[in-house]
Amino acid sequence: MNEVSDQPRRERNVPPIPAMQVPASRRQTSEPHPPEPVLRTENLTIQYGRFAAVKNVTMEVSARRVTAIIGPSGCGKSTLLRAMNRMNDFVTGASVEGRLFYCGEDIYRAGFDPVELRLRIGMVFQKPNPFPKSIFKNVAWGPAINGFRGSIEELVEQALRQAALWDEVKDKLHDSAYALSGGQQQRLCIARAIAMQPDVLLMDEPCSALDPIATARIEDLIDQLKSQYTVVLVTHNMQQAARVSDRTAFMYMGELIEVGDTAVIFTMPGEQRTQDYITGRFG
Amino acid sequence: MSVAPGIFVPRLQRRRRIGTAVATMCALLSLIGVLFLGVLLVRIGKEGWESLTPTFLTNFPSVLNPEQAGIKSALWGTLWLTLVTVVVSLPVGVAAAVYLEEFARPGRLRWFIHINISNLAGVPSIVYGILGLAMFVRWLHLGRSVLAGGLTLALLVLPVVIIASREALAGVPKSIRLAAYALGATRWQTVWSHVLPAALPGIMTGVILALSRAIGEAAPLLILGALTYVAFVPSGPMDAFTALPLQIYDWIDRPQPEFHRLAAAGIILLLGILLPMNAVAIGVRAWHQRKKAW
Repeated sequence: MNEVSDQPRRERNVPPIPAMQVPASRRQTSEPHPPEPVLRTENLTIQYGRFAAVKNVTMEVSARRVTAIIGPSGCGKSTLLRAMNRMNDFVTGASVEGRLFYCGEDIYRAGFDPVELRLRIGMVFQKPNPFPKSIFKNVAWGPAINGFRGSIEELVEQALRQAALWDEVKDKLHDSAYALSGGQQQRLCIARAIAMQPDVLLMDEPCSALDPIATARIEDLIDQLKSQYTVVLVTHNMQQAARVSDRTAFMYMGELIEVGDTAVIFTMPGEQRTQDYITGRFG
Repeated sequence: MSVAPGIFVPRLQRRRRIGTAVATMCALLSLIGVLFLGVLLVRIGKEGWESLTPTFLTNFPSVLNPEQAGIKSALWGTLWLTLVTVVVSLPVGVAAAVYLEEFARPGRLRWFIHINISNLAGVPSIVYGILGLAMFVRWLHLGRSVLAGGLTLALLVLPVVIIASREALAGVPKSIRLAAYALGATRWQTVWSHVLPAALPGIMTGVILALSRAIGEAAPLLILGALTYVAFVPSGPMDAFTALPLQIYDWIDRPQPEFHRLAAAGIILLLGILLPMNAVAIGVRAWHQRKKAW
């Protein structure tokens, strides 16, 4: 089992991860080059009980771009993100109106299987949440339960390399994930998500629990990931949004105020509220 | 440290005296429990120590000959009962806890089941004996067998097992479940691979404590009509049986002092089984609390 980890690889360029066995029914939605936009919301409203956390949001997420969602605390940005792979299903009292399309399919229509959706849309959470298991098992579990047929050792190594964690953990793959530092744990969570080769990677303030050095490493990582994945990043750190994203959406009190190219949003925002927020006048 | 005169009357000395008095009283009261346990152990130990010989464990009870009497049938009866109780209550209890905690939607049905289980945990054990008599002995025609006794004790401990297991499951952080769901896992895959393993030490603690309660029970078995004098070891679940508490009860009930010494020896044996079980349960809990990282 340790064959891979015992001999360090020479080549820097890691071969592509072998394709997973995808049932025919899902093949359309997992094409290597899905039509843009990957995700599209239409008048999406999300309520917790009577409180509307997201109000009437219509926006698109482009393929192989980093889209940042910014806004003050409680503006609904995390709620919107969690809607994209239906993680709000686990929040009691959450209800959704409007539509959310992934590759043209309404993921909130009756009978849609959210388990299948989450195979294609991975997620990294605000606080690192590795499983209380070994580093290896953390990465290998997702592929294993989804019938991965290739070499699991190679897959784990590639995912850890992509997450820029391999060199730090290659000699202790079977140690507990809880022995890692917070920044390492978060990169492990990213490795765990990309081992599933998702189309989209949702990141919910992935650096908010990390120090500046670990944050810089994760930001570098996001920059590299966008060549392969569509990334949606929720952050309350405007500098981070400006540094890593191609497109930025600004939300305020549950509403989408504006969305556009990051360069434009941060230099010539179309809305006064956006201007006020990014210049630090509130929030 | 100067207090403006006339505004406050601190009476510090008086307050300190009250504080010391309360602390002393609490310390004395907490010693009462320990004291009585100590007295009990010493008395039982004095009376039963000499009867606690190897032949006591390997001989069958004898009505005529207390010198030769042993507790073999009751010891084996208790082992059989415990086996049946674990085999029934562990899977049923954990499955019920998993359903209530992981699958059932919050709502009236879950609330109703929850309230009932909590109430059942407070039902006196003798009531379970009546239930077991009606259901297992008479209705299912199991007779006064190990199976009927084990099933009755399983019913008795089931609420405790379910409540302890639910608490252990609820203690597993939600972030671990969400991590699994986000990888495209079903509820069952999440529970089986991550939640149950993380909750296992807590479940084990609850099950061991519940079992130690079952082992000490005499009342429900008496109601079932379990025998108190058995001169054979059960060879299967359908055999008649006696158990340690029943044998002790039988010996104490006899007038001759020889039997009272046997009863004391039986109590030492029973405590010798229960105390290590409780110690293991506490040990598992302590180990788990040190080890868990979330």
